[in-house]
Amino acid sequence: MYDKQSFIALQSIIIKEVTRYFRIWVQTLLPPAITMTLYFVIFGQLIGSRVGQMDGVSYMEYITPGIIMMSVITNSYSNVVSSFFSAKFQRSIEEMLVSPVPTLFILLGYVLGGVSRGLLTGIIVTIVAAQFVEINVNSWGILLVVVLLTSMLFATGGLVNAVFAKKFDDISIVPTFILTPLTYLGGVFYSIKLLPEFWQSVSLANPILYMVNAFRYGFLGFSDIEISTALGLILVFIVGLFSLAYYLLAKGIGIRS
Amino acid sequence: MSEKAIEINNLKKVYGKSLHALKGISFSVEKGDFIALLGPNGAGKSTTIGIICSLVNKTSGEVKVFDHSIDSELEAAKRCLGLVPQEFNFSQFETPLQIVVNQAGYYGVPRKIALQRAEKYLKQLDLWDKKDTPSRTLSGGMKRRLMIARALIHEPKVLILDEPTAGVDIEIRRSMWEFLTELNEQGTTIVLTTHYLEEAEQLCRNVAIINHGEIIENTSIKDLISRLDIETFILDVDKLPSEFPNITDVEFRQRDESSLEIDVAKTVSFNRVFEWLSQHNIQVMSMRNKANRLEELFVRMTETQSN
Ligand SMILES: Nc1ncnc2c1ncn2[C@@H]1O[C@H](COP(=O)(O)OP(=O)(O)OP(=O)(O)O)[C@@H](O)[C@H]1O
Ligand SMILES: [Mg+2]
Repeated sequence: MYDKQSFIALQSIIIKEVTRYFRIWVQTLLPPAITMTLYFVIFGQLIGSRVGQMDGVSYMEYITPGIIMMSVITNSYSNVVSSFFSAKFQRSIEEMLVSPVPTLFILLGYVLGGVSRGLLTGIIVTIVAAQFVEINVNSWGILLVVVLLTSMLFATGGLVNAVFAKKFDDISIVPTFILTPLTYLGGVFYSIKLLPEFWQSVSLANPILYMVNAFRYGFLGFSDIEISTALGLILVFIVGLFSLAYYLLAKGIGIRS
Repeated sequence: MSEKAIEINNLKKVYGKSLHALKGISFSVEKGDFIALLGPNGAGKSTTIGIICSLVNKTSGEVKVFDHSIDSELEAAKRCLGLVPQEFNFSQFETPLQIVVNQAGYYGVPRKIALQRAEKYLKQLDLWDKKDTPSRTLSGGMKRRLMIARALIHEPKVLILDEPTAGVDIEIRRSMWEFLTELNEQGTTIVLTTHYLEEAEQLCRNVAIINHGEIIENTSIKDLISRLDIETFILDVDKLPSEFPNITDVEFRQRDESSLEIDVAKTVSFNRVFEWLSQHNIQVMSMRNKANRLEELFVRMTETQSN
């Protein structure tokens, strides 16, 4: 069933996805570069110089991994949610539904498309960061595994969001009301050790905290969270969301009447 | 046993809780056939096509494409089908070349071959010089042709077209007819829906008429036409007769100041009408069929069923 033809189909979906965000690069690739430059200038340089050190490194160094992760998360998510919703809206999703692409490959195609944008944005932001701070990597292995899994997770989340979305507004609800707050509270800008004990334990319910910390570990070698816990948690989320997305697509929820 | 291109058995579709769009239709399409699926708006044509092509989930019933059931051998069934849907359903931002090549990819056609085929079909459908422009800038007729090229890119055995000539000008419509006829002659089975009966008459061998989710007729176009027993003509004349003649199976009516409407049974020779007219010294300046005969039959059939 998953033969050579299915892989050609997968390749086509990925090409379609990548072409899409490159075609509108002013809306997709440029904004994170600009926003993150501002973060580095304002939080890193202006405010950071007064904050001093955090966990033994400069504040700028401390926030860099989180800021990269933040853009990876947002871009993986928003790529799939916009692309899949617009395919639903323009009905071009029917091109895939009439053809023999296995459902799993449609799902993989969109997710990998989102992952590619997430990673590309991550690289762009890293290059921006390198203008402000010296980038050192503690563990390439952990760094890559965490960034890959995280972007897969959020790309899949974007797809689930798009399946349920009925109008354009519905694709920004989750990013605005859930993703952004969770990211800001996810230890990008501070160590949760600074929080009162109660808020520390509340923070532990935030999955993004685990990703940001694991990613920071990849760069700096320390983390508020046990790395294995973080990786395990991310994996559990991926398996859950991916199965849900597969189920929705296979059932044709929101795409087949 | 002769293999059918499409076989539909007791197919039902209920939208939501209670909209019975298809009430258990059965019909089949022979290999190599050119069949018209006719019916008024909302009859269930697009629903039927949607189910065959996996865009609509059926409620119950059976669909087979070249003997592959869509329940147990969906992939094989899909490979046999090419669809030109009623509504535009491609990304407005992609170019014709991207759309067609990606579609080939979804069928597993390697990119190199896809590019060659894209060139062939985009050229055949007169879209090659538009291949790199965003498809939203194409005219309506070009968009229709783009969907035909897209449907053919994996060289399907059956091509299904849902109102392909809606909003297409006469010249392009005729060239589409020619294209489809040729395709059918080369062996592709074609199913087409249309609201132009002239089109069905020109192109198709067989016809299935669907109304309120039921098949009310499934026969050859020839048979349908042979059932038209009376034809109505309009004659423009230089003056009107003072009285109408008494010819069996011919009925005269005055239409306006300078024309007559005449119902003539197929069994009656038209000469008798002309004889009478010349006896009364009436000159016929021109003569034409009233409306499309098939259209009248069609309206009669679908109306009887509604009552
Ligand atoms: N997605 C849908 N949800 C609910 N009802 C639908 C849907 N699609 C079609 N219908 C209903 O099903 C019936 C059949 O519609 P269908 O589109 O199959 O008709 P059609 O014969 O193609 O008509 P037309 O000639 O106007 O294209 C109609 O009553 C229509 O309102
Ligand atoms: Mg229709």
